[in-house]
Amino acid sequence: MAEIRLETLRHSYLSAPSAPEDYALKEIDLSWRDGGAYALLGPSGCGKSTLLNIISGLLTPSEGRVLFDGQDVTALPPDKRNIAQVFQFPVIYDTMSVRDNLAFPLRNRGVEPGRIAARVAEIAEMLELTALLGTRAAGLAPDTKQKISMGRGLVRDDVNVIMFDEPLTVIDPALKWTLRSKLKELHQTIAVTMIYVTHDQTEALTFADQVVVMQDGVIVQIGTPVELFERPQHTFVGHFIGSPGMNILPCEVSGGAADGVARFQGQPVQLEGPVTAARAGPAEIGVRPEFVRLAEAGIPAIVRKAADLGRHTVLEAMAGDRVIHAILQDPPPEEGSTVHLAFEPAQTRLYQGGWIATDPKAGAR
Amino acid sequence: MKTENNRAWFFVLPVLLLVAFNALVPLMTVVNYSVQETFGNNLFFWHGLGWFEDLLRSERFHAALGRQALFTTIILIIEIPLGVAIALCMPRRGVWVPICLVLMALPLLIPWNVVGAMWNIFTLPDIGLAGYTLNSVLGINYNMTQSPIAAWITIITMDVWHWTSLVVLLAYAGLISIPEAYYQAAKIDGASNWAVFRHIQLPKMRRVLTIAVLLRFMDSFNIYTEVFVLTGGGPGNSTTLLSIDLDKVALGQFDLGPAGAMSLVYFAITLAVSWIFYTVMTRDEP
Repeated sequence: MAEIRLETLRHSYLSAPSAPEDYALKEIDLSWRDGGAYALLGPSGCGKSTLLNIISGLLTPSEGRVLFDGQDVTALPPDKRNIAQVFQFPVIYDTMSVRDNLAFPLRNRGVEPGRIAARVAEIAEMLELTALLGTRAAGLAPDTKQKISMGRGLVRDDVNVIMFDEPLTVIDPALKWTLRSKLKELHQTIAVTMIYVTHDQTEALTFADQVVVMQDGVIVQIGTPVELFERPQHTFVGHFIGSPGMNILPCEVSGGAADGVARFQGQPVQLEGPVTAARAGPAEIGVRPEFVRLAEAGIPAIVRKAADLGRHTVLEAMAGDRVIHAILQDPPPEEGSTVHLAFEPAQTRLYQGGWIATDPKAGAR
Repeated sequence: MKTENNRAWFFVLPVLLLVAFNALVPLMTVVNYSVQETFGNNLFFWHGLGWFEDLLRSERFHAALGRQALFTTIILIIEIPLGVAIALCMPRRGVWVPICLVLMALPLLIPWNVVGAMWNIFTLPDIGLAGYTLNSVLGINYNMTQSPIAAWITIITMDVWHWTSLVVLLAYAGLISIPEAYYQAAKIDGASNWAVFRHIQLPKMRRVLTIAVLLRFMDSFNIYTEVFVLTGGGPGNSTTLLSIDLDKVALGQFDLGPAGAMSLVYFAITLAVSWIFYTVMTRDEP
């Protein structure tokens, strides 16, 4: 059990990196609280797996340090760090039984046999593998194999952190849910730090207390699922999380928008508060489809498509050349008809150069 | 009624004819010889299973079969572990990979009779590099035309030199197909190098090694050209393997009946051992 700290971590797969784009990880400073359930979320190739492999010791970072409870472990090999990792594809020792597979990490560390038997029985019970202990691991289904891989991580009671690298990739959709709840449940029972890498927002948001969103080797935002949903710090987070993602609309701000009003296609849009951070780059309005509604007056748009998803309808409307999504509870207007859209002011943010620029508290003053 | 499309038979027919002419017809000729006796002039008499009975009681056959089995056993014991060991040492990536692969493939590309001739000259005590070095430089009395031990060491070394590469290439193919995650997981599980070999590499190489053993068994059990060119079966009968003995009976003595019976028994042994080995190795695969 340990707090894990990453200090000014940079990594490049090239031997002589020069430009920023040579780096798979650009500059990471991050602390993982002991016993937390974290998700590392981002699109493929954003550096999540690189970061994970640096924590586990499979990779040595080009620059920076990895600290476990304040102790520098940057140079230590994986087996000296007391970590466990579950990979995308289940790793099973084919020739061994399920029992031997689970016992393997303990045997390698010379734990005495009585203790091994007790731990294996306990973990098998937790993962519902008890009935399979005697069978050979080779012929089992992918989800059972993945459970065994997890078991090999859980069986050691001295692990600092268990890392999951997209562990549900090869699992049947119907079983994903079960396995994910199992993981969550396990985290509550054994309270070890868990880091879960995924590009699937549902997996990240259901598993983690804290989600770390990455893009292009940079951490864009760290927060609870609610924070990520409600106040994305960057348009990338807004777009990446949510289904459909946040509406990001180019807009104009006059006089620094100290009054908290921006203009989208000539129409005034009330923001959550005045713009406080002066950042370079184009200004954009960000509003989630959940907070867009039909109104008497507002932004005129033509309905292009309305998809009935059962509990609600996703409306796709064109305001000029921009698409605006709205989630409606009521029956949607006809396709091709003209509607007026209004945004909930408290949930309407302004982004400049991609980063959030409005502050709701400043307006309350 | 459903009409069946039998056109496929036309496509299979050429293959069938080819197999018939290069395998079935010669084999049946041998079967024909094996149950008949001849005194020349192309006159044949029915002899029943007589030749088979004689053969199975023949000490000469037992000796040749024994030498053959010994040869195959020795080369399998050397070539399989050696091949795996070399494959494990080979680089997985980088510029050395193609260089190693080509170097490994070289012995396999040399025709069998050339291999025999090469080793024959190589081991000549007066002018051969190995023969001269051993005798005149190191002072070891080595002459494979006189000493059966020297002859055996030579044919085994020659076969190891010629065929270990095959095992290396097959084992290497098996090794590089193992996903990186297995090695990473093993590192995290704290597995020793031996445990990685025993529980990851060896099981993953199992299929290719089965094929390697099978190929090396069949090839070495039927070996003829290289040994014939190198030693001619001598000194005495010491390296007269089954194939060389068969050649002596069939083409030296022209005893067609006994040679036919011998061929069939030889064939049956090769087939039976291969089949049993393959069945045992693949019995508990999913």
